[in-house]
Amino acid sequence: MLTIEELTTDYGPVRAVDHVSLEVPDGSVTAVLGANGAGKTTLLRTLTGLVRPSSGHVTLAGRDITRLPVEEIVRLGMAHVPEGRGVIAELTVQENLRLGGMWRGRDAAPPAEIYELFPRLEERRTQPASRLSGGERQMLSIGRALMGRPRVLLLDEPSLGLAPVLVAQIMSLVRKLADTLGLTVLLVEQNARSALSIASRGVVLNLGRVVAEQDPHKLAADDRLLHAYLGF
Amino acid sequence: MTKFIDLTLSGISDGAIYAAVALALVLIWRSTRIVNFAQGAMLMITTFIASAVINSGGSYVLGFAVALASGFVFGAVVERVVVRPIEHAPPLNAVILTLGLYTLLVAVAGMIWGNTPRSFPAAFSLRGYKVGGTTLLFTPNDTFIVLVVIAVAVALALLFRATSVGLRMRAAAFAPEVARLLGVRVGRMLTLGWALAAMTGALAGVLVAPSVFLGPNSFDPILIIGFVAAVLGGLDSPPGAVVGGLVLGLALSYVSGYEGSALVPLAALAILVIVLMIRPTGLFSATKERRV
Repeated sequence: MLTIEELTTDYGPVRAVDHVSLEVPDGSVTAVLGANGAGKTTLLRTLTGLVRPSSGHVTLAGRDITRLPVEEIVRLGMAHVPEGRGVIAELTVQENLRLGGMWRGRDAAPPAEIYELFPRLEERRTQPASRLSGGERQMLSIGRALMGRPRVLLLDEPSLGLAPVLVAQIMSLVRKLADTLGLTVLLVEQNARSALSIASRGVVLNLGRVVAEQDPHKLAADDRLLHAYLGF
Repeated sequence: MTKFIDLTLSGISDGAIYAAVALALVLIWRSTRIVNFAQGAMLMITTFIASAVINSGGSYVLGFAVALASGFVFGAVVERVVVRPIEHAPPLNAVILTLGLYTLLVAVAGMIWGNTPRSFPAAFSLRGYKVGGTTLLFTPNDTFIVLVVIAVAVALALLFRATSVGLRMRAAAFAPEVARLLGVRVGRMLTLGWALAAMTGALAGVLVAPSVFLGPNSFDPILIIGFVAAVLGGLDSPPGAVVGGLVLGLALSYVSGYEGSALVPLAALAILVIVLMIRPTGLFSATKERRV
């Protein structure tokens, strides 16, 4: 269970996240939707400690992680797949994967497990990540995060720049991971329809605030809301 | 022809030292994007420490080991105490800071050990090998220099390519934020990078000290040439630093032998200018653009 209480993050005079409270139950997929600049990415960056909040608390499995350094938060089982995918282009596919599990030592997932999910990665394992296509990079980032057997997976815009077929594949994979591994997923997306299609719950952010929080089917059917905040 | 062979051999030996200096600069540039202008003063201090050990009755081997160990510690301390606070500051801050550290260390060394250059022992004989009737310009000590630098370069390459610490260090250098998200303790990796760099610099210091003598400013010319070698190799490529060092060692040896040693600094700077004009990314650079 990931609990966010009254979390507020400021960039100088700009309030990017404004008193956000959320509960993300274990094994659920929560879609966080919103337009550009709604504070979605900042919310994720605050959760993993890349940005310090001005106030509020984040609790992971009963432990307050609000002020911990990034490296410690990762060690508590929080995996963050950043926007723009964040593969390290200079390293090979294999090396990227190994890095993801290194903090776990012997308990890391074996790469074979990741290659089973993403056979494309195995074919390209000795190539530098700079040679991968956009879809393959997304697979590599997600696979790399899974190497550490995380409890919570934060995904920042996994659909960005991908063909619809690939988006559908990634989304169904995310759902499968939540169902089979009990992974808790916080999925940030601009692509509201595909995110809501697999989500257990939908949250809409606008100007850093939670403006709606409900069942994904109701949210997807609420044209007025989607139109107002997501530009549909 | 004998002269050409002589110049080639001594060029390789000089080049090995430039390569070690260039490696020290490259390791720091890769991990923290800082050109360490204090490197010359740091390796001067560690060489003085080795000299003190040897003069007080320690063996050469002990002095050598103490130089490397103190270089390792010194590099780590400089990173933690001096560089860490300006990690997110504009690049110019680091330039001023390392220049300031250089000035400080040179002054302190002068206060402790005096400004008169002193001699420093060589590991092996400084008399050239005799082949047939002629004496070559290459000594047993030169053999030692070349072998030690090769050993260190190979060890560093293995560390980066074949160990998990090396992988984490590379990740921290290429993409610090992503590395942190993967649980890499980036701060420690940067400290380790500085420590290894300063240790490689300390190695260059004890290797070159017998021929330049040991004084607060003795190593400045070597540092300039080492910097040119690093740029020639692309500034962020360790193999490039080694090749750059050897190329420069050979080129400057020929200039010195055929045109006169007074032209050596000029030739080094001319090579720098030409490299920056024709191939500003260096010979081995991984990145396409660089901001200096």
